[in-house]
Amino acid sequence: MPLALLKYGLRNDYPATSHFSESADLKDHYDVVIIGAGGHGAAIAYYLARYHGISNIALLDKGYLGGGNTARNTAVIRSNYLTEEGVRFYRESVQLFRGLSNELGYNIMMEDRGQLTLAHSDAAIRSFRWRAEVNRRLGVRSELIDRQSIRELVPNLRVTDDSRFPILAGLWHADGATARHDAVVWGYARGACQRGVELHQLTEVQSVEVTDGAVKSVLTNRGRVGCGCVVQAVAGMSSVVARLAGIRLPIHTFPLQAMVTQPYKPVLTPLVSSPHLHVYVQQTSRGEFVLGGGSDPYALYNTRSTLEQKESLASAILELFPFLSQAKVLRQWAGITDMTPDYSPIMGLSSVKNYYLDAGWGTWGFKATPICGKTMASLVATGRVPELIRPFELERFYRFEQVNEAGATAASH
Amino acid sequence: MLLISCPFCGERAETEFSYGGEAGISRPPDPDALDDAAWADYLFMRKNPRGQHLELWNHAQGCRRWFEVERDTVTYTIKASRALQTDSGDKG
Repeated sequence: MPLALLKYGLRNDYPATSHFSESADLKDHYDVVIIGAGGHGAAIAYYLARYHGISNIALLDKGYLGGGNTARNTAVIRSNYLTEEGVRFYRESVQLFRGLSNELGYNIMMEDRGQLTLAHSDAAIRSFRWRAEVNRRLGVRSELIDRQSIRELVPNLRVTDDSRFPILAGLWHADGATARHDAVVWGYARGACQRGVELHQLTEVQSVEVTDGAVKSVLTNRGRVGCGCVVQAVAGMSSVVARLAGIRLPIHTFPLQAMVTQPYKPVLTPLVSSPHLHVYVQQTSRGEFVLGGGSDPYALYNTRSTLEQKESLASAILELFPFLSQAKVLRQWAGITDMTPDYSPIMGLSSVKNYYLDAGWGTWGFKATPICGKTMASLVATGRVPELIRPFELERFYRFEQVNEAGATAASH
Repeated sequence: MLLISCPFCGERAETEFSYGGEAGISRPPDPDALDDAAWADYLFMRKNPRGQHLELWNHAQGCRRWFEVERDTVTYTIKASRALQTDSGDKG
């Protein structure tokens, strides 16, 4: 093996093939144009090409593949939501994640770690009990656990009475997991490109042309492209792109800041979050602690880090894991989150014919990547809204049937 | 850290204020006259622009009054702030 590797390294022509299609010229017409080549866009293209026989697809991105929120999320996979609609949807996603490396023939580095949410008040315990009951009824593994069980699961966690907000109980979600976020989009894009989908990076959609209430073409910085239908999958820019098609969305856009410490030996297995302290944390397989927090307090489309948010993130994590006071921060960044009023996504039909929405992904987009791709592909191919995503249509706001998941976020926003 | 100019107290640090979302949305004077779509539009739909945004702020740890700010949601730049006009929204 080492010899083979050495020979490979010394060769002039590397036998490795490119994962993705070469960027050829744009064609005049595609059956499907997907705006946004992140995890969701690539997944939709993959399921369309593999399971619905539709491969005349252009996957467009104004930047590069997976360079938006797919690269910026904190790679949390879980299904311990509060509403039945939410739990059913994310449960399917977790199941698809489990088989995804095999499905794609590409290692997404899925790790079943379990996820622990901490309660610092009686009100939080009540809501955890509610979530645990809803979850269990739908076959999702969630249970309310006491302080002793928390100590056994996470020995480094500070579970004492003398902290400012003592930990009272926890919601243990054995199905919680993590995976390599980049690998998810690379795997989907590779599978899609192998089946004829065209990936066009650095291709920005500048306007959407609607005739008689139906979308006919999009105008990009590389020319006009006719299309049978359009799917927008642009987390962080949902309102801006939807406006091109004349669609109004109930979204407020905020950045969410995160950071990563220097690597440590493996000391933390589960993903831990505290909605009360606005922080969630996991140790990656590289040993780094990934810390995420609440969103910035006012609307922004800017990914700059601010001292106030980083300070609150750091002080919150020290309440939980005091040993991190010695840790150095290696990287910091922000992702742009499209927050909806009910903390659920907006998927499905829009007021424009053949224009499909995959929007409002706030802070819950990565974990939904596989199921969103699968159900949106089915919608595009058949024109029928799958039952699993019907509750998440934009129409729900006009029927006052919101799917309230505000109580099930990892950190309140 | 933003420096926000309260029209009543002058320039103060961002941490003294709380954000109130898009400005200029008035509660419809006769809600019963609206259909569901118009009511949902008033309740939920927002401009959410990438760029200039006219928004409400409250000087929560100062005079506790609401006012309007014109701010850029990409560059953070605040162009203007002023007291609310009498008809520009009921924000409690």
